[in-house]
Amino acid sequence: MPKITYHHAGGATDTVEVPEGTSIMRAALSNSVSGIIGECGGQTMCATCHVYVRGDVDLPEISEEEDEMLDCTADDRLNNSRLGCRVVAGRDFGEIEVDLPQSQN
Amino acid sequence: MSTVIIGAGHAGVQAAESLRTEGYADRIVLLDKAEHLPYQRPPLSKDYIKAGGDPAPLPLRGAAFYGEHDIDLRTGVEVVRIDSQAQLVFVKGGEPIPYNELIIAAGAEARRAHCAGNGLEGINYLRTVEDAETLRAQLDRGYGRVVVVGAGFIGLEFAAVAAQRGLDVTVIDFAQRPMQRVLSPSMSDYFTQVHTDLGVKLHFDEGLDHFVGEQGRVTAVAGTSGVTYPCDFAVVGLGVVTDEDLAAAGRIECDRGILVDEYLSTNVPHVYAIGDLAVFPSHHFGGNLRLESVQNATDMAKTVAKTIAGNPSRYDIAPWFWSNQGPVKLQIAGLADPADVVIERGNRSTGKFSQFLFRDGQLVAVESVNAPADHVAARKLLEHDAGITMEQARDHDFDLKAYARNLSSSAMTPS
Repeated sequence: MPKITYHHAGGATDTVEVPEGTSIMRAALSNSVSGIIGECGGQTMCATCHVYVRGDVDLPEISEEEDEMLDCTADDRLNNSRLGCRVVAGRDFGEIEVDLPQSQN
Repeated sequence: MSTVIIGAGHAGVQAAESLRTEGYADRIVLLDKAEHLPYQRPPLSKDYIKAGGDPAPLPLRGAAFYGEHDIDLRTGVEVVRIDSQAQLVFVKGGEPIPYNELIIAAGAEARRAHCAGNGLEGINYLRTVEDAETLRAQLDRGYGRVVVVGAGFIGLEFAAVAAQRGLDVTVIDFAQRPMQRVLSPSMSDYFTQVHTDLGVKLHFDEGLDHFVGEQGRVTAVAGTSGVTYPCDFAVVGLGVVTDEDLAAAGRIECDRGILVDEYLSTNVPHVYAIGDLAVFPSHHFGGNLRLESVQNATDMAKTVAKTIAGNPSRYDIAPWFWSNQGPVKLQIAGLADPADVVIERGNRSTGKFSQFLFRDGQLVAVESVNAPADHVAARKLLEHDAGITMEQARDHDFDLKAYARNLSSSAMTPS
């Protein structure tokens, strides 16, 4: 199963294995990983599932709507910023590590 | 010492979490009558019923969350009575639960159609995951005729999905236009076009008269105009009703919901109400208001948690909402009134624009279509009571995003 490692702002980590088709946002909510809110339920409408992707993972292009929401994140947008709801296990990666921001809203 | 929370929806779960965040160290009991791990409702009328939708509802928090935060979550527990004198919550088939503080976050139920034929098979509501599963099974067939009663958020979200999935969709509503209660007339017009383009047949000024059936199953919906709309199944989206019996029996004042003050406190000491069922004084609205939204549930929960944790806090947040209908993501900040002056930014012909609504020259609401950055900026403006002028709204070179960003950074500087 695809694997996601979440690095919390304080240094702790959570690693979860999830079925294919699970987004980074949903995986966090379903596995009690804190630091991701997912307020809009994965509609690209709230920017509360902001993550920083570690390393060189070949992810799909950022869509216009994701791009717009990434400009609205609570913590600064960086080059490796993504919305967790838009990056999906299996489809987009087999294994991934992400850093969580200090704040989501 | 303990806090008991009735209802584990967005409001109840957030209240439990925020109590811990605020440093509340005593016992928290979270009760819900459903058996499930508490889940998110908004996707049920959107992604959940789409083709290839998620197999399970999106949980509000993971299963381990409750234990990790020392929250005593009890699902499948029905509250039957509140004794606010003895400070006890009575539950079906169990011992009464004592409380020091009680938060009622029991939400609301789908309003049932009260008319002839309402007991026929094939008449559906859309509030719970069970409702959504029933409807998803109907939609998975990919054909058939459905009549939707009610052109509010739920009815139209469902209608859009059903049309996109190949069904023949008719919507009736006694109102004059889509989402009449919440949208400006010009935004309603836009949605009339959106649904018409999706192939949805809209009939306004057409109330529900009765259901027609054969052999116990619905075959048509009869409108108040006398027209009959044949269907294989029907979906009723007539809004919600709150259960006042529980509160009233506990001598808690109600008026189309549970009445609370700005601290979300009821007339009974140590009893609070939050979320869909709370009627609260809103300065944004200029009167008492009851709101059904994730924002209202979540923000009320955070506010009441502060108060109970020893930091009395007022609830005074500009409301916002969202909806997904076909190709449209609608986001609303503030509360619209049909008489508001509308200034459009962007261009509706591109399918990406916002409407800025002004009352007496003040910005009161912003309706955004596929323009989430406008929405986020609008929320900041309304939160800071720092609306832009009508001239700025009309000026398409005015940088709204930058203006809102400066607002939030300057707000952090003590003045």
